[in-house]
Amino acid sequence: MSGIHLHYDVPGDDFTRAGEASGSVKKALRQLGIPAEVIRKVAIAMYEGEINMVIHAYGGTVDVEVTGEDITMVLKDTGPGIEDIDRAMTAGYSTAPDNVRSLGFGAGMGLPNMKKYTDEMTVESEVGVGTTVTMKVYITPKA
Amino acid sequence: MTVAEMANALSVTVRCGGDAMSREIGGCYCGDLLSMVMGRAKADDIWLTVMGNMNSVAVATLADAACILLCEGVEMDAEGEAKALQQDVPVLQTELPVYETAAKIAALLK
Repeated sequence: MSGIHLHYDVPGDDFTRAGEASGSVKKALRQLGIPAEVIRKVAIAMYEGEINMVIHAYGGTVDVEVTGEDITMVLKDTGPGIEDIDRAMTAGYSTAPDNVRSLGFGAGMGLPNMKKYTDEMTVESEVGVGTTVTMKVYITPKA
Repeated sequence: MTVAEMANALSVTVRCGGDAMSREIGGCYCGDLLSMVMGRAKADDIWLTVMGNMNSVAVATLADAACILLCEGVEMDAEGEAKALQQDVPVLQTELPVYETAAKIAALLK
């Protein structure tokens, strides 16, 4: 099904611009009349993803597809990749450097939060090649 | 109670604040771990933290907090202030610790 497609570039190593894509998606979804709770989930998951790309992967791209049923976000980077995805998904496990922690991030909650706030999530990663995270949030709860 | 009324009642500094100073405060959330704040703060909360940077402004926007109240004498840095003005997130500042400030807010929001 064709829907609305949004594309963003997330610059690496630039915390000032992290959140621009999720902020912009939030605005767009509001204009489309998407329920507030759905927007909140999308915004949180996407911001965590953006922050991950800034911290770990020298930036990347985000593609958002909105259909009548759901919102799909594809976050793609060409960073170092994730060695052990299960471990990365564990709450509290973090490889973030200290300067990131002093900014209020790096607590090992990014990927777990992304999973928590989305209805479907897959992480594909290859060390030295990059990581693609695909997340889906249902607009209407599935029976 | 609006953000402006709260700032006045608490005698805190208004670092920056535009139209959103007239926003109604619905509750209060305290925390510094941004991933936790994003998920747990509610819309219209006054958010007490010691994180005074652009990421806190982004989190306040995403969580739809009514305003940020920086405690313990922490000041919003220049980039954060610019972003707060752009996103219309009021930023308040106080020398008081988080607990004392939250206790006052609890009494005011009763």
